[in-house]
Amino acid sequence: MDIKAYIALSLTLFTLGIIGVLVRRNAIIIFMCIELMLNAVNLLLVAFSKMHEASTAAKLSPTFAGDAQILVFFIMVVAAAEVSVGLAIIVMLYRNTHSVDVNFLNRLKN
Amino acid sequence: MNAIILSAIWGIVMMFAGVFTKDKSIPKYLAYTGIIILFIANAMELYNGTLLFSINAHDMLRTNSFNLTFIAIALACTGIYFLLSGRDIEKVGEHVAEYFALIFFILCGVSLSATFNTLLFLFLGIEIMSIPLYILTASDKRNLKSNEAGLKYFLMGSFSTGIMLMGIAFIYGGTPNASFYISNIMLGAGRMPVMIAIGLVFLLVAMAFKVSAAPFHFWTPDVYDGAPTVFTSFMSTIIKVAGFFAFIRLFENSFGTIHDQWQNLIIFITVATLLIGNVTAVFQQSVKRMLAYSSIAQAGFMLLALFALNDKAKEGIILYSAAYSLATIGLFAILIKMEDYTIEGFNGLAKKQPFLALCAVVFLLSLTGIPLTAGFQSKFYMLMAAVENGHNFWLVIVAVIFAAISAYYYFRVIQAMYFKEPAREDMVQVVDVTPGFRIMLAVTALLIIVLGVYPEIVLGWMYH
Repeated sequence: MDIKAYIALSLTLFTLGIIGVLVRRNAIIIFMCIELMLNAVNLLLVAFSKMHEASTAAKLSPTFAGDAQILVFFIMVVAAAEVSVGLAIIVMLYRNTHSVDVNFLNRLKN
Repeated sequence: MNAIILSAIWGIVMMFAGVFTKDKSIPKYLAYTGIIILFIANAMELYNGTLLFSINAHDMLRTNSFNLTFIAIALACTGIYFLLSGRDIEKVGEHVAEYFALIFFILCGVSLSATFNTLLFLFLGIEIMSIPLYILTASDKRNLKSNEAGLKYFLMGSFSTGIMLMGIAFIYGGTPNASFYISNIMLGAGRMPVMIAIGLVFLLVAMAFKVSAAPFHFWTPDVYDGAPTVFTSFMSTIIKVAGFFAFIRLFENSFGTIHDQWQNLIIFITVATLLIGNVTAVFQQSVKRMLAYSSIAQAGFMLLALFALNDKAKEGIILYSAAYSLATIGLFAILIKMEDYTIEGFNGLAKKQPFLALCAVVFLLSLTGIPLTAGFQSKFYMLMAAVENGHNFWLVIVAVIFAAISAYYYFRVIQAMYFKEPAREDMVQVVDVTPGFRIMLAVTALLIIVLGVYPEIVLGWMYH
């Protein structure tokens, strides 16, 4: 399949993620939207990796196109670490305010 | 390389120390030991090239005297920070050893993001720096402000990580020989390919987020204000300059050849950062919040290095890291001891605590950039780098004007300390000042003055 289709798909997912972060007010949903952004990147990286593998230029390079797929694993691991820290922060907030609405948080503004 | 591995190991040692020791002061001394070991190991690598561990990193990490000097400065500033604020870290909460452990993990991230040679390690370094910081920001668990700051920082931080990864993906897609090595991205003259251009803009936005450059600075005041003050001190200094160092290394090594094509973006960000940081800081009543905006304003000056991107800029960023970190850490150490964080809280401090007030004056003068302080030398190097760049000379004039504006809000604190009377005579202004703290404060102030007279001490490391 054409690489443009993959780019379009992952950019769509990425944009959905950004819109979600900017529009939604529930901390957990914002968090899910960030995960969506990261996974859009994963998809794009795998697609680019396959694209480079198909092209002859990459075959000559000593560091073959596998690089991007390694990065995908690193992104997954880092995202998992972020989930554990982020959910802990959200739970702590819920204990104190009984809400996960980010609009509720405006104590620092003044 | 030594610093990366040892700091990760020492972080784990600190975590075990938290499990096996009951005495609350042991972690602090263990942390002092750790930072000294780290500094010595790094100095050994800087001077003799001694590696304690032999690891084949496949050239994904590249050490040279430039980035080892930066790591040495970051470690030295952390050591001073520990000595000045170690007692205050103990007061934040129950889990003292864990706070120190997280700081050591952050140092691992700092060293990674100073030595990276691939985009993969840039990402890992920035993340290892950020994730422990989210925890430290939210560490005051009962305090809603701290919770809010933690959540805000976490959401903004991971949002910018997503943007950075998108940039990395596009650059990977656009590089013909398909690798993450930053030197492979180097392009010849002529217009850059579309994919690289998109990736560059994404990376620029993400890094501007991380170093809180305008127009992506909006999270900074809230987060710096809400976090426990000891940790604000750490994240507005060492983390910030490490972010800048990674920013400059990335753009120098991967996009340096097409500097003229993205220089205008940097000019825009620099002017916006200087304007917003300085003008908003003028209106702040709380010194903590004023320092948050001042850190944005100082970021504008550090961006000049990215604008110029020559040898002087490299010297400038090294010197700026040292000068800015020392002065801000010192000022925060005094602020933590204050009962009242507003500027009125500083009224008449010179009468009650003349020594503390004197040290605060040195730090404030250094941040303003008055001659004989390290702040002056670092600003001078930055401006010289921008002049040597050869064009857009007006940017230098703009920077100088904003430096003059910054004198207003820094001097307001000095005025409050020396020329105003406290609201009540019996007011307790300063708590828990020990002789050791005074000595460390004097050492920090002295270092700032010594660096202001002989900047070659630090710069000499670079050419070793």
